[in-house]
Amino acid sequence: MITLRDVHKAFGYNHVLRGVTLDVPKGESMVIIGGSGTGKSVALKCILGLVQPDSGSIEVDGRDVASGDRDAFLARFGMLFQGGALFDSLPVWQNVAFRLVRGSLKRPKAEAREIAIEKLRRVGLKPDQADLFPAELSGGMQKRVGLARAIAADPEIIFFDEPTTGLDPIMSGVINELIREIVVEMGATAMAITHDMTSVRAIADKVAMLHDGVIQWTGPVSQLDASGDPYLDQFIHGRAEGPIEAVR
Amino acid sequence: MSATTPIAAIGRSVLGALALIGRIARFAADTLSHAVRPPFYWREFGHALVQIGWLSLPVVGLTALFTGGALALQIYAGGSRFNAEAVVPSIVAIGMVRELGPVLGGLMVAARVASSIAAEIGTMKVTEQIDALVTLSTHPMKYLTLPRVLAATLAVPILVGVGDAIGIMGGYMVGVTRLGFNPGTYLNNTVDFLEAWDVVSGLVKGAAFGFIVAVMGCFHGMHSGRGAQGVGRATKSAVVSASILILAANYLLTELFFSA
Repeated sequence: MITLRDVHKAFGYNHVLRGVTLDVPKGESMVIIGGSGTGKSVALKCILGLVQPDSGSIEVDGRDVASGDRDAFLARFGMLFQGGALFDSLPVWQNVAFRLVRGSLKRPKAEAREIAIEKLRRVGLKPDQADLFPAELSGGMQKRVGLARAIAADPEIIFFDEPTTGLDPIMSGVINELIREIVVEMGATAMAITHDMTSVRAIADKVAMLHDGVIQWTGPVSQLDASGDPYLDQFIHGRAEGPIEAVR
Repeated sequence: MSATTPIAAIGRSVLGALALIGRIARFAADTLSHAVRPPFYWREFGHALVQIGWLSLPVVGLTALFTGGALALQIYAGGSRFNAEAVVPSIVAIGMVRELGPVLGGLMVAARVASSIAAEIGTMKVTEQIDALVTLSTHPMKYLTLPRVLAATLAVPILVGVGDAIGIMGGYMVGVTRLGFNPGTYLNNTVDFLEAWDVVSGLVKGAAFGFIVAVMGCFHGMHSGRGAQGVGRATKSAVVSASILILAANYLLTELFFSA
């Protein structure tokens, strides 16, 4: 269970999070939606400790994320970054096996490569692509490698930051299906942030909408179209008119 | 505009500069503190040694070769005004190992290495690769900064030593072929007047300059702004600040080593 209570974060005069409160139950897939610049990525990064919140509390399974063994804490997470964030200097398999060849999860190189190739196969890539460098891959393939890296160490919690941004609709569908399958198969708790409503409907159990630095609405994905919330309605239907101010 | 506005602006600039120096000092201390805490990434260290040391050899060697040759011509031309042409071998040697070898070597490494480190780490930052490292339980200071700083601190004195030898050889070639020196006499004069401390002081300077180059490259890369412009600015700042700090450190070290 991931719990955020009254989390605030400002960058200079820009008060991005103004009291975010959210519960993500264990084993569920929560998708956070919201306009650009509303702080969705900041919220995820606060949970991971990449950004320090100014106030409020964030707990995972009842433990404050800022306390305790950081390596052990991070070993429970996998994350798919928006642009993939693959390491340019390493071949694909070493990107996937990064955590498996160093640190507390270190194992023999041959075994790490085996696991990496297995994870690559799981996301639809061939073993002969394992020795390519990230720059030699298309955007869709880079997302798959990022996904393989996120699940390489069988994490309990997986974060997805804009998993379909920059992909064509068919490749987006493929990535959405993969995410859903993997999350269900691993029984992991998942948190994703996206603007892509197709993605939301494909991978979410629950949806939370972040607007003006707070959670504006939260509920099961099945209630998305019948929420009665004017902010959520405007967002999911992509209307220019409504309570959310659209800059023209 | 109030009369105190210019003074306030100067005060803000001074405070800003002091804050920057403080941040760089903390960054350097933080980097070194990781040297005594495992894990140590040997593969990254080896890669940095090759990138910083081995691949800088051509540029440092060529710089030293031409500098040694030009130095011989200048000292000969200046020395001939008071019949002191014979000092060419010893002054070339002392000038190279004490000053020109370390300073020019350091500046060339700053241009080549500080820029490349800042651009690489800056790009990693804007493409979220640094965040990815953290989520993969790998400390960026341990994985990116420490190996580069240690490699540069070790490699630059070696580069300076090689550069000193090449620079002296440049002076020898010009002395023998253009200025009419006897080869044996030139080498004897070089060796006779050169003291061990001349060489060692230059190598110590090289280590300090290597440290400065890598710290400035890593610091500006880690604090790079967003986008291509941010990375470009970080790269420029790394080279400029490393070069200025090398020249300032050179004066301080010379004062420390050689003032009466």
